[in-house]
Amino acid sequence: MTFADAFFYLFAILTVASAVMVITAKNPVHAVLWLILAFFNAAGLFVLLGAEFLAMILVVVYVGAVAVLFLFVVMMLDVDFAALRAGFLKNSPLGAVVGAILFAELIMVLGWKFVAPVKTGLSLAPLPKSGSGVTNTAALGQILYREPYVYYFEIAGLILLVAMIGAIVLTLRHKEGVKRQSISAQNARGPATAIEVVKVASGTYTIPEKAKEKVGA
Amino acid sequence: MTVGLSHYLTVAACLFTIGVFGIFLNRKNVIVILMSVELMLLAVNINLVAFSAYLGDLVGQVFALFVLTVAAGEAAIGLAIVVVYFRNRGTIAVEDINMMKG
Repeated sequence: MTFADAFFYLFAILTVASAVMVITAKNPVHAVLWLILAFFNAAGLFVLLGAEFLAMILVVVYVGAVAVLFLFVVMMLDVDFAALRAGFLKNSPLGAVVGAILFAELIMVLGWKFVAPVKTGLSLAPLPKSGSGVTNTAALGQILYREPYVYYFEIAGLILLVAMIGAIVLTLRHKEGVKRQSISAQNARGPATAIEVVKVASGTYTIPEKAKEKVGA
Repeated sequence: MTVGLSHYLTVAACLFTIGVFGIFLNRKNVIVILMSVELMLLAVNINLVAFSAYLGDLVGQVFALFVLTVAAGEAAIGLAIVVVYFRNRGTIAVEDINMMKG
């Protein structure tokens, strides 16, 4: 067993174990933290496979954005998570049966006896040869920003834009009774609307109605 | 036994199964269900990258990148819906969500 193989087993076991902890953790905050550990170890697997760029993206996007988003939502919502766990054991036999069948099927399809992929030489974008000095990131950039993948790349950007706008539209709300600054109203304010010239004959002063309203008298 | 493609595929199969199992196990908690979906997408990504590495084709990694994008968008929208739902109902129990049907 080589050094890389040992690391494969380390990362694989930790990934699967923390995934198990994600779905069984009592406290959702702990579940999110286990999820972060699973993502880190999956990033380690990606590094072993030679996909360094994706590994770093996994850490940045999943751990830095998605998991923190989960953490925010879990902590922000005041939910009785214990009540949501009712039926936890009741549901597990069915889940175990479905999961076992699914796992058996996946192993049968993908397991070691049946999959022996052959390099056909028909690859759309060959991996850079080791020792050629081309990094994984550079090689990905070479094909990602060219036809035809550049269109998919643009669509991915569009999806993220739609997701961002959708999330903002869904969660934004204007609270009633909050005083906000209205810059346009402030800029439109001029002498004509801001100043009132009142002619007062001496000795006969009465407070004008408008001024009474303003002061609240 | 030296590590090959099938080892990575087995890890991905384990992760995917755990994700499915998690949906059954935490049927009431939307947040954990979303986390299970993230685990399943991670399993798909591991599959794509493993095949990409062992078939010598970089396109698998490009697709993994797109899967990552969609997963990030899905998490953002899903959690936004959870927040709005919690604001309206004060709970996030999945069973009550069929109240929303028109």
